[in-house]
Amino acid sequence: MGHDFILSQSDGRPMYLQIMEQIKLRIAVGDWQPGFKLPSIRELAVDAKVSVITIKRAYQDLETEGVIVTQQGKGSFVAAEDDIGQRLKEAELDQHLTQVIKTAKSVQLDVEELISRLRKRWPEA
Amino acid sequence: MNSNETTQPLIKLNGVGKAYQHFELSDVDLTLEPGCVMGFIGPNGAGKSTTIRLIMGLVQADRGDVEVLGVPMPEQMAAAKRDIGFASEDMRLFKNGTLAWHMNFMRRIYPGWDDNYAQVLLKRFDLRPEQKLKGFSHGQRVKAGLLLALARRPRLLVLDEPTTGLDPVARKEVLNELLEVLADESRAVLFSSHNTQDVEQLSDTITFIDRGRIIDSQDKETFLDKWRRVRFRAAAEIREEDLTGVVEFHHRGQLGSVITDRFEPAMTERLTHLGAEVQGVEPMTLEEIFVAEVEASREEVLL
Repeated sequence: MGHDFILSQSDGRPMYLQIMEQIKLRIAVGDWQPGFKLPSIRELAVDAKVSVITIKRAYQDLETEGVIVTQQGKGSFVAAEDDIGQRLKEAELDQHLTQVIKTAKSVQLDVEELISRLRKRWPEA
Repeated sequence: MNSNETTQPLIKLNGVGKAYQHFELSDVDLTLEPGCVMGFIGPNGAGKSTTIRLIMGLVQADRGDVEVLGVPMPEQMAAAKRDIGFASEDMRLFKNGTLAWHMNFMRRIYPGWDDNYAQVLLKRFDLRPEQKLKGFSHGQRVKAGLLLALARRPRLLVLDEPTTGLDPVARKEVLNELLEVLADESRAVLFSSHNTQDVEQLSDTITFIDRGRIIDSQDKETFLDKWRRVRFRAAAEIREEDLTGVVEFHHRGQLGSVITDRFEPAMTERLTHLGAEVQGVEPMTLEEIFVAEVEASREEVLL
């Protein structure tokens, strides 16, 4: 044990989402490789100091997203997909982009204007 | 332990009622399964302690059935008590006894007493065994009571306000020890509190009580999922009646908000259809939900 899951109480998001994110982060940086066996639900609950049902919910949603695979009686594993780390990072990027597009729309920027702003800033970042 | 013992509920209340001169507990149904932590939340005087006393067999119900660890209470209290750990603020500890004396006493009575764990808890809770109980501060007394209950390693832990009046460090110590119990799927915890943050973090099931009635009891994730605050902006008037599942509604000027206990994406579609721009769908904390729920249930009583 000792996976150092740290939940923030000032983070407004539900705890199960924070757990999902921390698991994805471990996969994205390669600490948890494809095929890695996740801690049992109860183990992780004790470790992250949250209820069993919260971890159960996080695992279920990760399974729906295809990030982990659960085998009856054996446990849960990181999906055996070689570039899963890359896929998760791209999914996160897409989420940020959606947010950017929403903000752009709210200040009446069209897609061309947004792209030109993006181009301008590209070398800066 | 046979399989029946590991799957049957540790607490089962069915249609339980108890009347006092100025307070009545009515129609209480409550089930606690093994491996679960139930947070029992209610304002002061809501009936939390009365319910706990019924579970412990300290008072007898006027109506309904109370079953704990598979046996009826208070009839078979002696049999059940061996495997129940109980701690509450008004626990009767001997003022002139030292903590070590109390620990010895428990060791003699309860075969499950784990002396190694008791020693670990002494250190973690920062308590001195040679000190008499009357010299303990409030927080130390609460921790002493918890130590005596926890070190027996009972299958069922019933804790009445275990974190009330504790400083943040002591609260964390206590919650950490509850995790120890949670690690074992045959054990269960019922803890009452008005600190919703503690409950939100550790509970699998949440039960709300107000004015002697259970107003809601559900698994925590379902619960938190269904409650949402939807903020919107609309120039045209939007009325509460145009929406379903509304617990609280405000619309003044252009900005408005709806609190619902039955959130579905259909609600945002409906708002858009009514000409509103949905600005955010926010999850709510257990505390916000609890207050909204109590207010709504009291309004119903008035109507």
